[in-house]
Amino acid sequence: MSELLGVVFSIAFVAQVMRIAVPYALAAMGGAVTEGSGVIDLALEAKLLFGAFAAAAVGHATDSALLGLGGGMAAGMVVAAVQVGIALGLGADQVIVGVALNVVAAGGTRFLLQLLFHEGANSPPCPAYGDAVLTNPIVWLTALAAIAVPFALRRTRWGVRLRAAGDRPDALVAVGVSPTRARFAAALVGGALAGAGGAQLSLAVGGFVADMSSGRGYIALAMVILSGWRPAWAVIACLGVAAAEALSISFQVTGVPVAHELIALFPYVTTVAVLIIFRGDRRTPPRSLGRI
Amino acid sequence: MTTPHAPGRPPDAREPGPDPVWVRLPQAFRIPFSGARREIQTAVIGLLVSIAIGSVMMLIVGKAPGQVWWVMLSETAGDPSLMGQALYRATGIMLTGLAVALPLEAGLFNIGGEAQVTAGVVACALVGTALPAGTPAAIAIPLCLLAAAASGGLIGGAIGGLRVARGAHEVITSIMLNSIVASFALYLGNRVMFRNGTTTGASIVSGAELPQLGLGGSSANASIFVAVLAVAVVWWLRAQTTWGLAWRAVGQSPEAARTAGISVGKVRIAVMTAAGALAGLAAANFVMGNKHAFEEGLGRGTGFAGISVALLGRMHPVGVVLAALVLGFLSSGGVAVSTYVPKELVEVLQPVVVLAVAAAVPLVRRMEAAA
Repeated sequence: MSELLGVVFSIAFVAQVMRIAVPYALAAMGGAVTEGSGVIDLALEAKLLFGAFAAAAVGHATDSALLGLGGGMAAGMVVAAVQVGIALGLGADQVIVGVALNVVAAGGTRFLLQLLFHEGANSPPCPAYGDAVLTNPIVWLTALAAIAVPFALRRTRWGVRLRAAGDRPDALVAVGVSPTRARFAAALVGGALAGAGGAQLSLAVGGFVADMSSGRGYIALAMVILSGWRPAWAVIACLGVAAAEALSISFQVTGVPVAHELIALFPYVTTVAVLIIFRGDRRTPPRSLGRI
Repeated sequence: MTTPHAPGRPPDAREPGPDPVWVRLPQAFRIPFSGARREIQTAVIGLLVSIAIGSVMMLIVGKAPGQVWWVMLSETAGDPSLMGQALYRATGIMLTGLAVALPLEAGLFNIGGEAQVTAGVVACALVGTALPAGTPAAIAIPLCLLAAAASGGLIGGAIGGLRVARGAHEVITSIMLNSIVASFALYLGNRVMFRNGTTTGASIVSGAELPQLGLGGSSANASIFVAVLAVAVVWWLRAQTTWGLAWRAVGQSPEAARTAGISVGKVRIAVMTAAGALAGLAAANFVMGNKHAFEEGLGRGTGFAGISVALLGRMHPVGVVLAALVLGFLSSGGVAVSTYVPKELVEVLQPVVVLAVAAAVPLVRRMEAAA
């Protein structure tokens, strides 16, 4: 047990928590931005997965992790554009479009692996950031976004329009701004953030593995809802999820005799518990969320 | 959520409009098939768009689409074993498709099919192995089915209950429960059920086994009759009883339903419980009909595939059967053409069908309004 405490109260543990939190936090901020404008963002998982794939593919082709990050963000924006195009442009149900895109991402990244690299589950290696935290630009991007996104939503013209599109689209129309355009812009920014989160997944280990997002997008969305659609609080919630995950890894490493299958459940059980404790109808979603 | 199905509109009306509830409900009760044409149009447009997208992907990998589709059709249809596999696949997704369609009509999105199927598989295998050897089929089969349905229903009911009592969105709790149940099943397997060193549990008693249909050595089995019976029951409830009336009224407008004296919370919990039980019943296909034991990952993916089935089937029980057969055929077809195109291509087509159908819904509505 003392060995476990030694692991938990160490710089390495804190660094690990930060590393694990990055994809969650970026996806959650992306989700908060997209949902804030009134678009249900269940496609976070797809943005993470395509982001991870594009980051690995571009990183492999250019031998540059930074360009890989750019590729991941671009992929997230492409997914967001498809999502908003089908949901707002054609008027399809937003929840269904999001879930379907996630399944498309699971199969689509495998298809692309086969098409580009003739591989079943793994991409060829790309440059990796590894365990480093301070030299990983994605960690800095996350920190910057954690400050800039809440500020931008509250204080800038773009942010006010975005929130108006989510809360009072009729008011936005009254001042001559198209809510659809504001939502499109919000979704692209949200997609870039989530795509960057995906880039961390593959660039941390130096390659893409099929299904490597493993439900993080869904958890990130749960944190967005849990935080009442406030990006700063969503980031804090994601840090909690990451701490739980890091703790579960520590338990396994130090061999504390607790079933690791059950410790891995900690974030999920916590999420459900928080949903039970804090009534959902007191968390106010953007008023026109999911309506067009 | 958009209203998945708007029954009972007089055929001459141009725009649905906000009909007062006392006009809409009795009509929904009397004319279960009105609007069928619109739903068929939507499904067909969605399928055609998916075929077009699939063809483009085949061109990308350098194959002639016409040839690949033809091989898929002819080789699958001509091979009893592939047809049997299609039927086996269709059996599971028919049940999970119902488990999505039913709540969708009540305005709830059940994405917890994975958890419900897994819970059903675990409970079915636990009961099946706990029964004494030599238990007659007349006792073993109903008990195993009951265990599967009850455990799936428990998960579904929990999701519905959390939504009603605590306002927790069913999509989030479902997704959390998918992970929780999957890990818990693995834990149970590792600690209790798996025989040493394997990821397979002990066999269920022979009385609980459902017979195979004997289609070219495929896994198709008698549980298809369980699925068809479930479809018939849902169809009857939906079209012929006040319960069906209540769940569709809640889906169309919870406020109006409440005004009409329907307990919206009770309906939501009941519908989610029923949906969970339907998804849990899919365990009959996997455990009782095929593997005769608990296996890690058994039935995985069936819950999610139910979403495609429900949407393509336009939330109607009969549509769900047709959609399950089409998608079951597609998955066998993917095997048939695996020497021509990567199997991932056919895998991607299933969610593409969902996207295309979802996009076709507003399109058909606009076409109708313009006509």
